[in-house]
Amino acid sequence: MSIQNKNEDTIAACATAMSPSGIGIIRISGPDALRAADRVYRSSKGKTKLESVPSHTIHYGTIVGQDEGVIDEVLVSVMRAPKTYTAEDTVEINCHGGVLVMRRVLDAVLSCGFVRLAEPGEFTKRAYLNGRIDLSRAEAVMDLIEAKNDYALKNSVSQVRGSLYEKITAMRAQILYQIAHIEASLDDPEHLDFASHIGELETDVSGWRKEIRHLVDTFQEGRLASEGIRTVILGKPNAGKSSLLNLLVGEERAIVTDIAGTTRDVLTETIQMHGMTLLVTDTAGIRDTEDQVEQIGVQRARNSAQQADLLLWIVDASVPLDENDRQICQLLEGKNAVILLNKSDLETVVEESDIRSLTRKADGVPVLSFSAAEGTGFEELEHTLTEMFFHGKLSWNDEVIITNMRHCSLLERAEGSLERVEDSIRGGMSEDFFSIDLMDAYDALGEIIGQETGDDLADEIFSRFCMGK
Amino acid sequence: MIEEQVDVVIVGAGHAGCEAALACARLGLETVVFTMSVEAIAMMPCNPHIGGSSKGHLVREIDALGGEMARCIDRTFLQSKMLNRSKGPAVHSLRAQADKAAYSSAMRRTLEKQPHLQIRQQEVCGILTDENNHLTGVRTVSGTIWHCKAAVLCTGTYLNARCIYGDVSTKTGPNGTQAALYLTQSLKEHGVEMNRFKTGTPARMDGSTIDYSKMTRQEGDVPVVPFSFETDPASVQIEQVPVYLTHTNEETHRILRENLDRSPLYSGQIQGTGPRYCPSIEDKVVRFADKTSHQVFVEPQGRETNEMYIDGMSSSMPEDVQVRMYRTVPGLEHARIVRMAYAIEYDCINAMQLNAAFEFKKIPGLYAAGQFNGSSGYEEAAAQGLFAGINAAMKILGKEPLFIDRSEGYIGVLTDDLITKENHEPYRMMTSRAEYRLLLRQDNAELRLLEKGYRVGLVSEERWQRFLVKKDQIKKETERVKALRIGAGAQTQACLEALGSTPLSTSATMAELIRRPELSYQALSPIDPDRPDLPFDVQEEVNIEIKYEGYILRQERQVSQFRKMEEKKIPEDLDYDKVPSLRNEARQKLMQVRPSSIGQASRVMGVNPADISVLLVYLKGRG
Repeated sequence: MSIQNKNEDTIAACATAMSPSGIGIIRISGPDALRAADRVYRSSKGKTKLESVPSHTIHYGTIVGQDEGVIDEVLVSVMRAPKTYTAEDTVEINCHGGVLVMRRVLDAVLSCGFVRLAEPGEFTKRAYLNGRIDLSRAEAVMDLIEAKNDYALKNSVSQVRGSLYEKITAMRAQILYQIAHIEASLDDPEHLDFASHIGELETDVSGWRKEIRHLVDTFQEGRLASEGIRTVILGKPNAGKSSLLNLLVGEERAIVTDIAGTTRDVLTETIQMHGMTLLVTDTAGIRDTEDQVEQIGVQRARNSAQQADLLLWIVDASVPLDENDRQICQLLEGKNAVILLNKSDLETVVEESDIRSLTRKADGVPVLSFSAAEGTGFEELEHTLTEMFFHGKLSWNDEVIITNMRHCSLLERAEGSLERVEDSIRGGMSEDFFSIDLMDAYDALGEIIGQETGDDLADEIFSRFCMGK
Repeated sequence: MIEEQVDVVIVGAGHAGCEAALACARLGLETVVFTMSVEAIAMMPCNPHIGGSSKGHLVREIDALGGEMARCIDRTFLQSKMLNRSKGPAVHSLRAQADKAAYSSAMRRTLEKQPHLQIRQQEVCGILTDENNHLTGVRTVSGTIWHCKAAVLCTGTYLNARCIYGDVSTKTGPNGTQAALYLTQSLKEHGVEMNRFKTGTPARMDGSTIDYSKMTRQEGDVPVVPFSFETDPASVQIEQVPVYLTHTNEETHRILRENLDRSPLYSGQIQGTGPRYCPSIEDKVVRFADKTSHQVFVEPQGRETNEMYIDGMSSSMPEDVQVRMYRTVPGLEHARIVRMAYAIEYDCINAMQLNAAFEFKKIPGLYAAGQFNGSSGYEEAAAQGLFAGINAAMKILGKEPLFIDRSEGYIGVLTDDLITKENHEPYRMMTSRAEYRLLLRQDNAELRLLEKGYRVGLVSEERWQRFLVKKDQIKKETERVKALRIGAGAQTQACLEALGSTPLSTSATMAELIRRPELSYQALSPIDPDRPDLPFDVQEEVNIEIKYEGYILRQERQVSQFRKMEEKKIPEDLDYDKVPSLRNEARQKLMQVRPSSIGQASRVMGVNPADISVLLVYLKGRG
């Protein structure tokens, strides 16, 4: 169901990477692009309607939210089909407020109800399907779609691990049970009856709705914190990880002592750096240890490293490389990373060549000389990271945002479906009407955790209900 | 050696074979239908019902396409009920108890009277093809070659059939008929991959030994609603035969549990995959161990016999266990078994080997329908038989194949599911399989499909013209009712009050009143003096269309989106190896199914939305 009509409806997304500085563009493309833009755009005199302006013109004004409150001052480009990037009616909103404002503008556009969030690579896909891009680029487009979807999927799944995943899975199981009960009773009315369970269903539906609403709110409050390049600082104990974090954050937050093994918890800081958002996690030092509490910290560090977009490996260059360093090396595989030879202020015994000969996994990973204590090499680190970002190696943070927004809109879709179930129950409809909307809620929640519906329902019906004849 | 020439060969004369044969012959093609036994034409070897939830829809659709099942059951039923009447109109479903012998002989007579159709009692042992693996004919065990332009395989449960109870195993087909032993091998030699499924049936009892006073008597509906849109409702208001309800108990379950090791299902003697929706009584006792009782319906098999069907207690237990366990059921304490319960294993195919016309992708000219395709049920079989028969005929006549999509009929859901999804058990129709079920109602089957039946040539001009009148009446009356304003006059208020509805505060349209849960089109006739005199089915259609308009419109919107993906066709010869960026799993599945449209591709298990995007982009580039 989810792939239907992907080329005829109107889509919107950030056309530029979401960055905290400079100008960003929200692009709306499709038959209702102008109508959608008019819902949120207010010209300075309040009279201009974008639907009636000439094509390929630019208009000054503001974007307002549902409460008519101004979100940003903008320039809006109106381009009618076919001479646009996608060959569809297109509106581009140039805003200048950074990540938060761009997202609020995008939220406002999406809230009009007939525009959906673009899939990864979808503008380019449409451009191609509408004949705007050369045939020879077809494969590149397909690769792009595949790669972006893979990433989005991986991302969405890894993002919803933990308690959210469990909550959604549990809710889906309950919804499926109710659908199966209804459907089994419709298929075999002489054996099973659902009518006497409607009260129970009503209680369940209202419980699910509350839970979903709570999740939506949590998402909206919490999502800024989780949007960014997931960066993990690695190193053996006392290599200078916490000092590096403090340097990045610009204040002393992690506890820094000379006693190895001080940082036992995983700390995460959001750091803005030259247009990038880094979500930096400091980890417990990785070493073989008997201390149980520390062991847990080490395991957490490994898990964080596996999910990271970027690894910063800080090497204590004042002591020789050892088994602990060798273990850390293993985590570099397939990751974007920067290696910092720390304590350049002391006498160093580790050179770049030592790292290179220790592991092939560090091939192509930049190695910088660094002193967390004195702050030397920090500019070079910033420069290296910015280079990686603008060369596309670390261009992913906007997709994390998209993933989050997608989760939110799916939760809201599920909520809307459950509302319709409540309406149907109150309107005295029979249970066969409920299961249609329940199924939609079930599908929407399934998309969040990346699960296809498949034969779930038939399986549930047959395993839970004894069908008669 | 004799050689014969016909247009179409139908292998098997069960519910699929009969519909396929009639469709081809009615379209003017010389047709032969082979059966293992003429007595077994349209036999109902298992339950004595036609219809039921979602299956009743299929029967109505068969009727709208010009098939026979609905007309045949209208002439031979014993009892009829509209199931789910208290639910929404989408799940109302007709179910009749059939007089098995009468049904079978009525269908046989219909076949016999049909011009261009001959019946042959003979086992078909092989198919013949040319060097391109195109079908050219079939061979019978007697050595005769029947040259033909197309053949439809409707072998039901006959292929290499084995019937089992306890440690007794016989190489027989359903109901003790002769099994067909050779065709499987020939199909394998032509590259067809075979599956093995199983199903089962309960015992039949001597009615004179049953104590009905210990059971609950269940009557049919009055008045009876016919299955066929063509049947005069007056003709089906017959004296009906009751069904009896009783229950299993702890004692029944104890006997079954103690003897589980003697069940061929649990001892591993039976290998085939059985249906979960139709479990044997021993299966129910194991899988639903917390239930202390299961319903048992004792159902008549015909007017000319006192044999009763023990519905809900199918089994493959040995004879002594069967006798003991049946006798624990109230009313069956002294009952004598006429026919033992048994399980049956048979060869069938994975229908993913068929294209959208139900023709083998690898063997052009060879079609397949019914239980052979891995489905279950008389209605599912008949629907496929009609569909495959029509398509075999369309090919010979050089016409466009018949296609029904998932938004047009349960037949569309059935055919699409069978060719798209891998089935690990016999496929049964269920309302939950239909995404657009508010549109796929049994009441509007003609509105959905009669035009297709007419185009194919199975619906007469006369019926078509009558339908056009009906369609026009529905349209005009719906419009009138939507435009009709009802004032808050005294007569209106009194009428509403009498119907338990709240009075009007201002005027409303008739349509708005109909939408109130407690009201209906029919109930409001007292305040609608200008209402034209319309047939009942037209009134019912108007009522449903208006009452559920909001839900229907929503589904129609979904359908229009669904259609866009269905209309994006994938060329038959697409080389999936040349599509870059397709994941391997998706590539393999797509190569196996070879979907005809992007829509179908999206329903193949293991194909995700990104694969579909990739496919769309590639197809566009290919021009």
